[in-house]
Amino acid sequence: MTEHIHKHAPTAEQDERLEAAIAVLLRIGVIAAAVLVAIGGVLVLRHPEAPVPNYRVFHAPGEPSSAISIHTSIRSILAVFRHLYHHGSGAGIIALGLLILIATPIARVAFAVVGFARERDTLYTVISLIVLAILAFSLVHGG
Amino acid sequence: MTILTFTLAIFGTSILAGLLGALTGLGGGVVVVPVLALLFHVDLRYAIGASLVSVIATSSGAASAYVREGFSNIRIGMFLEIATTLGALIGAYLTAVVSTKAIGIVFGIVLLYSAISSFRGKHDDVPPQHTGGLADRLRLEGEYPTEHGLQAYVAQRVPAGFGIMFLAGGLSGLLGIGSGAVKVLAMDQAMRLPFKVSTTTSNFMIGVTAAASAGIYISRGYIMPSLAMPVMLGVLGGSLIGSRILIRASVSTLRMIFALVIVVLGVEMIYSSLTGKL
Repeated sequence: MTEHIHKHAPTAEQDERLEAAIAVLLRIGVIAAAVLVAIGGVLVLRHPEAPVPNYRVFHAPGEPSSAISIHTSIRSILAVFRHLYHHGSGAGIIALGLLILIATPIARVAFAVVGFARERDTLYTVISLIVLAILAFSLVHGG
Repeated sequence: MTILTFTLAIFGTSILAGLLGALTGLGGGVVVVPVLALLFHVDLRYAIGASLVSVIATSSGAASAYVREGFSNIRIGMFLEIATTLGALIGAYLTAVVSTKAIGIVFGIVLLYSAISSFRGKHDDVPPQHTGGLADRLRLEGEYPTEHGLQAYVAQRVPAGFGIMFLAGGLSGLLGIGSGAVKVLAMDQAMRLPFKVSTTTSNFMIGVTAAASAGIYISRGYIMPSLAMPVMLGVLGGSLIGSRILIRASVSTLRMIFALVIVVLGVEMIYSSLTGKL
């Protein structure tokens, strides 16, 4: 048992450093996103008397395509944001903030891949690479 | 109603939802979705889109505080994220296939389950030790600070925990919530991890799980910036206030009241879905 703990003691210390670095990354991501979203919000509310957009009825953006390829779906995400940007700068800035927010946990996983690799922990480098691949698949194939 | 009053009303309710979510430990998403759908008559897909964004914000915001306390386990979290992100992908795909009525009913059931689970006592018995199985090979173990110094623990019943995590991810993707209650079920009940380790690691995982649905939500058009804006800022602010209150006050009475609110939301959600009002 003691032998076991000794074997893992340095890893635990490295883990702590990795976790501390991740904590800083998460905080920066959330603060940056919140600031951008708030700025965009102020711009949206420049015209406070404007009517409320209709959220009661759902409208899908563009035409749903049955064939989803890597290429078309990345383009569709970009198209959604381009549309938002042209729709009004406020919504565009909010969208940018939201993108940074969504990127934050993904960056966290990428960070962990590098951290585990530097600890020469092959098993957990592979595990975090699998998670990263699933996240990438979602962004690329989403649609 | 002008966009200003609407946004302020959503912002105010989102602060309350974040507060409630933090104090019950259930997360803001599970509260904000039914409120948007039932009170503001927002389409369920826009509601879960806005909620998902707020879930990522609160998880990432709170995780940075938890990491310093030394409770969350980055390896156990990363391993289980394989299950939750896969589940979330499937759940997010299902939102386009399943009717909003069915989503509303599932949501109501999850609300009722969450309310019950928030009453479950935290067991803090001595954690079980090595059994020589999958947990050992994957090094799903750690130490956490207690009154008597560092206490070692090892995960039990890994396949069961992994399976429940897949379900938790699926619910997260389908409903736009963090599904913290189900994640804690997997770690605390199935894997017998210490309660504090379960809750903080669960919180740590929620952001990554939600990010797996986000790509699909964006390209489907579920995330409306002008709606997500007050929801994200409100829930984030509310949960930060809530976690401050948690540190200072004993909240058993508050928790009781809030659990009742969640039961009411759950019943209302199921009723509205069945009567076709959602």
